[in-house]
Amino acid sequence: MEVISFVALASGLIIGLGAVGACIGIGIMGSKFLEASARQPELMGELQTRMFLLVGLIDAAFIIGTGVALWFATANPFLAQIAQIAQ
Amino acid sequence: MAVEDVAASAASHAMTPGEYVAHHLKFWSTDPDFDGVFNLAVFHIDTILFSVLLAGLTFWVLWLAATRATSGVPGRFQSAVEVLVEFVHNETKGIISNETSRNAVAPLGLSIFIWVTFMNTMDLFPVDLFPVIWSGIYSLFGGDPAHAYLRVLPTADVSGAMGLSISVLLISIYYNIKIKGALGWGHELVTAPFGTSRNPILAAILGVVNFAMQMVEFISKTLSHGLRLFGNMYAGELIFLLIAMMGGAFTLSGTGFMLVIGHIIAGLAWAIFHILIILLQAFIFMMLALVYIGQAHDTH
Repeated sequence: MEVISFVALASGLIIGLGAVGACIGIGIMGSKFLEASARQPELMGELQTRMFLLVGLIDAAFIIGTGVALWFATANPFLAQIAQIAQ
Repeated sequence: MAVEDVAASAASHAMTPGEYVAHHLKFWSTDPDFDGVFNLAVFHIDTILFSVLLAGLTFWVLWLAATRATSGVPGRFQSAVEVLVEFVHNETKGIISNETSRNAVAPLGLSIFIWVTFMNTMDLFPVDLFPVIWSGIYSLFGGDPAHAYLRVLPTADVSGAMGLSISVLLISIYYNIKIKGALGWGHELVTAPFGTSRNPILAAILGVVNFAMQMVEFISKTLSHGLRLFGNMYAGELIFLLIAMMGGAFTLSGTGFMLVIGHIIAGLAWAIFHILIILLQAFIFMMLALVYIGQAHDTH
């Protein structure tokens, strides 16, 4: 029972903390992009390409964490380990 | 016989959500009982099969466009491929300044982009479509349909994504040796980023530190390159599985109906968002591959 509750807490923390970091990072980057576009509209297309590239890089760790947390939440691997220890 | 088996396998899908997800997350592997992390003797046949098939499809699409190229007004398909080729060529020109390398690396970038896009697009098929067909075929050949595992997304397999990024690492090592020479690259490995000194003892210490930093840089670049693609596709596939479970929980009750409506709405929204993610991740993979190969051309 403790394992299940800890895993549930852990999944929530992984997704939540990852989202905090990713969203703040993308917020800062997006605001810089908007400022730069307002300053030099002719560079908007090129900057947009680079911005999407950075979105993918910033989101990487967060999405990996979300994948792992969802995997724990649905097909919990720790329950199998408990069953093995009980034998 | 086959109908009974398929019906039996359909009945066996009345499993708990955990079992459903666990069943869908297992690979068609040469060793289905292997639960660990790293074993070079185990192959994921479905990953290999689908990635080779989609590579053939990529090759065929590009070959079609190349052989049918005319100097007259291009058709839609021709224009689409030309837009892609020009896009990749412009990106490559900005990153790699060496003309001869560009002749090999720009087509590599194009192949990476289109191949990874095709592989990622396998995620948009209904989650149960290919596994059910495969379990039908499996039971036709006398196997137990409950053990017929199939995962159609090659890039949602760590082996698939890391295979791609390790290939990029090998290519960048090749260009390192080709541009700088084996001795030159070796010299760079022990003198960058901290430099060297006249004092032999100090130079040896700095050499060890530099080499460690270089190894860490190579390993972390390759790992992050592959795991980024893997994480995005794996999370997308998991969310599609969860949405499918919402739809599978249909009962003639209030919650049942709401779940099905939720399934349709969430499935639609996530699928549309995932189209963006597919293209974005393929683009990021290509750009980073170009950047890493371009870094092999830089000298300090």
